[in-house]
Amino acid sequence: MNNSAEFGSQSFVLLRLGERRFAVAATQISELVAPSRIFRFPNHTPKVEGVILRRGRIVPVCDVAEALLGKTLVSRRFYLIAVRHYRDKSEWVALPVSGECELIAAEMMAAGEADAPHVAGWISHNGEVIEILNIDALTPGGNGLSVPVEVDALLEARP
Amino acid sequence: MRVAAPPSKASTARSEQIILFRISGQLFAVSSASVQEVRSVDSLSGAAMEMNQPTLRKVRHVLRRGDRALFVVNGAAHFGLPASSAGLVFVLRKTRTALLVDGIDKMATMTRLQSLPLAYCHEERQWYRGLTALDQSVIPVVNPEGLLTPEELALLDASLTPLALPEESTAEGMAEPE
Repeated sequence: MNNSAEFGSQSFVLLRLGERRFAVAATQISELVAPSRIFRFPNHTPKVEGVILRRGRIVPVCDVAEALLGKTLVSRRFYLIAVRHYRDKSEWVALPVSGECELIAAEMMAAGEADAPHVAGWISHNGEVIEILNIDALTPGGNGLSVPVEVDALLEARP
Repeated sequence: MRVAAPPSKASTARSEQIILFRISGQLFAVSSASVQEVRSVDSLSGAAMEMNQPTLRKVRHVLRRGDRALFVVNGAAHFGLPASSAGLVFVLRKTRTALLVDGIDKMATMTRLQSLPLAYCHEERQWYRGLTALDQSVIPVVNPEGLLTPEELALLDASLTPLALPEESTAEGMAEPE
């Protein structure tokens, strides 16, 4: 990633999906990783392809290209691991991207009323106006979801 | 086949024995402590009674255990997998459910159960207790209580009322000691 910090501006990660570029607030990004094996199991949630194992964590893979471009990605070069906020907790989600990512600094313009829910705002970079993505609106889960009791961490022995 | 007894707390205070099994090629896990019996489908042929609840195609058979009815859930139909040839039935402890599966892969020890990621937000939240990583794979751990909802059980009970179920012989079972 290239870093070009500017005073008074915010940091964003630029990602590429097909021919288009999008931005995500850098504070929402955990890391960029090479694609790894996706584990799939039966479910009824669209947009979640499966899960990957990353640093001992199980991370859902959410293909956002279809929602943003109208088609799935043909080639995936990386997974951008982003933080997805739910009502009272946060989790990682892996977003397949088709090119290198870049860390930039830019001033954010707020989203307008006419913008789609997944648009958190806009930035201007190298003459291009780029959507800032609202990961929470773009990925499934959370809305009206009753979160079950946590089962993370080591298990207690069952009777 | 006798199901292994749950491990003693002293030896594995923070682990859980699981059974890895397949349905239509998909690997699942279930806690061995929640499986009361594993029986071959053939051994149930005389004891199971057919059901035909058009709105609940995943349950085609019912077994009588004393005064209780055990509903046999077709795992492939429940999970939306292609139809498969079930070879075994798991009679699940503390439920009124038995699960048809293709076969058992192996027994294993689970040391960590991660909750299902919140991105999964539909029925699967009831289907699984969570996910576990085993041998560099991720396996969904089935929640026995999620195979039939209370509404589905009520529907099945209602359709069962006029039926007289044959009492199942326990002679050919593979019951785990309670």
